[in-house]
Amino acid sequence: MPAQTLIKIENVSKTYTTSKEDIVALQTVNLEIKEAEFVSLVGPSGCGKSTLLMLISGLYPATTGVITIKGEPVTKPYTNLGIVFQRDMLLDWRNVLDNVLLQIEIRRLNRADYEPHARELLERVGLGNFTDRYPRELSGGMRQRVSICRALLHEPPLLLMDEPFGALDAITRDQMNLDLERIWEQSRKTVIFVTHSVPEAIFLSDRILVMSPRPGRIVANIEINLPRPRTLDIRDLPEFSDYNRQIRKIFREQGILIDELGKDKEGLGQSPSSEVDY
Amino acid sequence: MNEKSKKNRENKLVTWIRNYSYSIIAMIVVIVLWELAVKVFDVKEYILPAPSQVLRKLTGNLSLLFRYSLVTGWEILLGYLLSIIVGIPMGLMIFYSRFLERVIYPFLVASQTIPKIAIAPLLIIWFGWGIWPKIIVSFLIAFFPIVVDTVVGLKNTEPEMIYLVRSMGADRSQIFFKISLPNALPNIFGALKVASTLAVVGAVVGEFVASDEGLGYLLVVSHGYMDTTLMFAGILFLSLLGIIFFFIIEIIERLALPWKTEKESVLHSATM
Ligand SMILES: Nc1ncnc2c1ncn2[C@@H]1O[C@H](COP(=O)(O)OP(=O)(O)OP(=O)(O)O)[C@@H](O)[C@H]1O
Ligand SMILES: [Mg+2]
Repeated sequence: MPAQTLIKIENVSKTYTTSKEDIVALQTVNLEIKEAEFVSLVGPSGCGKSTLLMLISGLYPATTGVITIKGEPVTKPYTNLGIVFQRDMLLDWRNVLDNVLLQIEIRRLNRADYEPHARELLERVGLGNFTDRYPRELSGGMRQRVSICRALLHEPPLLLMDEPFGALDAITRDQMNLDLERIWEQSRKTVIFVTHSVPEAIFLSDRILVMSPRPGRIVANIEINLPRPRTLDIRDLPEFSDYNRQIRKIFREQGILIDELGKDKEGLGQSPSSEVDY
Repeated sequence: MNEKSKKNRENKLVTWIRNYSYSIIAMIVVIVLWELAVKVFDVKEYILPAPSQVLRKLTGNLSLLFRYSLVTGWEILLGYLLSIIVGIPMGLMIFYSRFLERVIYPFLVASQTIPKIAIAPLLIIWFGWGIWPKIIVSFLIAFFPIVVDTVVGLKNTEPEMIYLVRSMGADRSQIFFKISLPNALPNIFGALKVASTLAVVGAVVGEFVASDEGLGYLLVVSHGYMDTTLMFAGILFLSLLGIIFFFIIEIIERLALPWKTEKESVLHSATM
């Protein structure tokens, strides 16, 4: 299976110019992401993970370097993708179905063509009976599912997810991981997934990129060779713990985790689902 | 489903009666106490008339009160509409252009710091005794919260929301009509409600300064005759006017923002 390169990031850096100071958020990032690859970005808070996603989506301009998607340089917002943020960004005044269909309205596509698909997606994540509810009537997990459906509706080849499950409780988060795994198995999109939870990254990814503290660079590139489709039980495999240990070691080397204090810095590894298991 | 919505409506009615019955009982209690106090302490009518005296005066002057209510109501309505027509676009201009913001800002501040009662005579020199000075005073008082809340409402759109729709290819008009404007509507309606009460104040102030009809005029005249009872009747009609305006806006708000009503009915059923 010859995997084609979808995204190529060459010598990309990003400096935010604020009135007080210049903040170097990313420093010479070089990276290739293949089609249908599930890649996770992990790293300490403020290391530039969100910034990297914003650069890839073309919503922020890079300070130096070039990002290409399918060989085309990204110079304006790239629209052939779906984005999920940590906060669900649902519109209060639209019901669940209309929130999902926002994707179609903005793209000026025919609503009727996509409505069955929207319903099917909602059905698939267990929201089939909630299509006419308003967001405020849903739980956090349900809301985030809606926002994932919205990101998938137009069947984009690329999905950018910025800590999508960061605000959810442990059990909901496990369920969302399983749901996402299943969705990915079915559609094999390219996914770039930002998370603070190393076990979550191992569970979902083909590859994990570890970033250094600011200015952010990519300091490790770890292939995850675990069988798919994945179930929660793979967390009990010895390989799973090995990956976990390997990444923890990198964090320690980067000064992200400091053992002597008996606790971690910058809120890393705070995934509630991981604390119990490891 | 029809059954359910019918039941829902009945529930709402029951809730409504429950909620408002307390207010109505409270008002009746106050009126009765007032009546008793006036009788027991033998208060002079020109100082504080009893509710029964006000009622008698009111029925005796009903046609006059209605005619004057219509005059003042018309002034309020026009001043209010003007404040909306000017206030919302001004809010939009301030939101979209830093330049216009700087140009408009000093005038906006001046329009609020200058006491309206002080410029009312000036307005009469410029616009005569007719309806215009009243409309303008009413407008000057009412438009400010509309401008401010329109800007506040538009500004509180989440940047991430804008990024999200830009990644869907949204243009400026889509961002405005599908995101920013609906997002600002709760703020705008809040301001419209405040403005509706301010517009009443403005029209009355305008009439105080120069007029030959209207409820404000009635207050001035009845004050001149020391007819406190008639003043009370006038004040009662004025507050009725204010309440009518307020509730009309509230009904429009419920129709325009059904998702808010949803939330409220959830709240109500939770408290029951
Ligand atoms: N719009 C901006 N203007 C100025 N500085 C910014 C801006 N966005 C981010 N930064 C700075 O750039 C750095 C990287 O931010 P970024 O949001 O990419 O980090 P992150 O890795 O996503 O962090 P977290 O895990 O907390 O979400 C931070 O120091 C942040 O303060
Ligand atoms: Mg971030």
